[in-house]
Amino acid sequence: MSATRTSASSPARRSLRNTVEERSLAVLRPLVIAALLFAAVFPFYYMVLLSFRPLDELLQHPGSLWISPSEVHLGTYGDVLKSVDDGGQGFLVFIRNSLLVAVATVIVTLLVSVPGAYAVSRLQFFGRRYISGLFLAVYFFPAILLAVPLFVFYTRIGMRGSLIGLVIVYVAQVAAVSIYMLRNYFETIPESLEEAAAIDGASRLQVMRHISLPLAMPAIISNALFIFMIAWNEFLFALLFLVENRDRWTVSLGLSQLSGSIEVPTTTLMAGSVILTLPIIVLFFLSERWLTGGLTAGAEKG
Amino acid sequence: MTEGGRGTATVPEPTREQAPRRRQRPASSRARQDARTGLALISPTFAIVLVMVVLPILWTVSLAFQQVRLLNLRTTGILGDYSIENFRAVLTSDGFVSALVTTLEYSVLGTAGAISVGLVAALALRAPFRGRGLVRAALLLPYVAPVVAATFVWSTLLNPQFGLVNDWGTGLLGWKEPIAFLSSRDEPSVLGVTLPLSTSLLTVIGFEAWRSFPFAFLFLTARMQAIPDTLDEAARLDGATPTQRFRYIVWPEVAPTIAVLSVLRFIWTFNNFDDIYLLTGGGSGTQVVSVRVFDYLTARGDIGAAAAQALVLALILAVLVTTYLKFFGRREEQA
Repeated sequence: MSATRTSASSPARRSLRNTVEERSLAVLRPLVIAALLFAAVFPFYYMVLLSFRPLDELLQHPGSLWISPSEVHLGTYGDVLKSVDDGGQGFLVFIRNSLLVAVATVIVTLLVSVPGAYAVSRLQFFGRRYISGLFLAVYFFPAILLAVPLFVFYTRIGMRGSLIGLVIVYVAQVAAVSIYMLRNYFETIPESLEEAAAIDGASRLQVMRHISLPLAMPAIISNALFIFMIAWNEFLFALLFLVENRDRWTVSLGLSQLSGSIEVPTTTLMAGSVILTLPIIVLFFLSERWLTGGLTAGAEKG
Repeated sequence: MTEGGRGTATVPEPTREQAPRRRQRPASSRARQDARTGLALISPTFAIVLVMVVLPILWTVSLAFQQVRLLNLRTTGILGDYSIENFRAVLTSDGFVSALVTTLEYSVLGTAGAISVGLVAALALRAPFRGRGLVRAALLLPYVAPVVAATFVWSTLLNPQFGLVNDWGTGLLGWKEPIAFLSSRDEPSVLGVTLPLSTSLLTVIGFEAWRSFPFAFLFLTARMQAIPDTLDEAARLDGATPTQRFRYIVWPEVAPTIAVLSVLRFIWTFNNFDDIYLLTGGGSGTQVVSVRVFDYLTARGDIGAAAAQALVLALILAVLVTTYLKFFGRREEQA
């Protein structure tokens, strides 16, 4: 049936359609790529551009997209970094807070999730099959639902405004994803290596420390970068817990709070945005290959 | 206890006499030991998730049935006066239903936008070209950049006074007046058709599509790389045109991935708080439920009502996702 239908439609028309489609795609494809690239990159170009311009410049020429090197104005960075007492916005303190929170989150999360991921991938124990499902469910819960009780809890025990409290919340949020990503990697390490060590008399923990951990190091490092990025970018819990005390603000929180006020020039805050974004972009390009592989590991299984 | 202790405290280099004895022990001994080590290794994570996630969720349920305010917080205990007053007040309050509708519009259109753009991007970058790796990485920028910085740049770009978009729009495109993208309730008309969504809501949906398309792009690219080249090659030799090859070869392969992506993106967009709070603060027709919960919690200090709304949000999400999986789940399992 289908064979007769195929031969019935004239091959000439078919190849004409093919030519038309291929020609138009050949034109469309570069255009689409250029448009996507523009949409993805332009806002960041604009961010950097504005951070180098004084405010009155922006107000006079809002549409200009270029500044000559001689006009580059670095004063905005000084203004945004200087402490409030020196007439700046105090971003140095925010950077310190963000760094403390993000690094602490990375360390604590890895301390709990590396053994956890190893256990889930290698050891048979009661409830193992359900536990990763339970942890992943955390990832799909509305953050705002957790925000209510944690806000109440921290208010009540007087921990609101403490960076340590924030770190604990972050660890609980990312530990599940971290275990999920690391587990996938542990499963790619051949078990025969571990069995060999076990036959030589090494205990489970020794096997883990001397064999599995060194092999999983690349995955652990990229996981660390991933957690750092999440903690550095986080906004809702920082807003809920830290907003009352300016000395505790993270960079994200500081930028969002100050962008609401009229007194702080937009271009100064753009310098703040660059400071907030740059570390993430650098880390991202360092770890891109690993991260994208880890995130989509499940997608490739047909 | 003693066995577990022995397992973890074995000396690094066992003596010769020990090794054979170990091998003679029943196989289940090592298994039992493994089970204990496994539980020990997973318990820190389990503890922190239990204390910081599971218990708080249960507590939200308790709070939702009590009259708790920030002011009387210190005097309320676990055993308070339970009533469904919060739910009654929340469900009948002004704006709850419209917030729910806005949440749905935002998540459905945001998800659809993100996945469509992601699919177009994945298709456009399918064939290799010079610098493709770099372009790919650059396309991921909106997704990895801090949300606060991204929203700040967008609000500056769209600012009616000194924003670039309005400057170009009025100067080059002949707009009569600047558009207040983030604070206008007007329902814009495109080609004579008035859309039932406010300008601000459309803007935040556009932002969501911009920010999340890289996620879809990443997954779809990974999936497309797994399609064997020979399939495409064979179809090309048989004279299949590019659209036919997409329809009959690529689409069946990526459709299950798109189904999974739809669920994931829908859940995350439905729960999203940051983007809308930072762009519009929930004003001019963009108030979604999560922003409303935040307002009840902080501005009004009405914890009971905030908890009740958050619960309703989670329940609706659970119902929607379960229904979706009921209808489409079976097909995904096969895929």
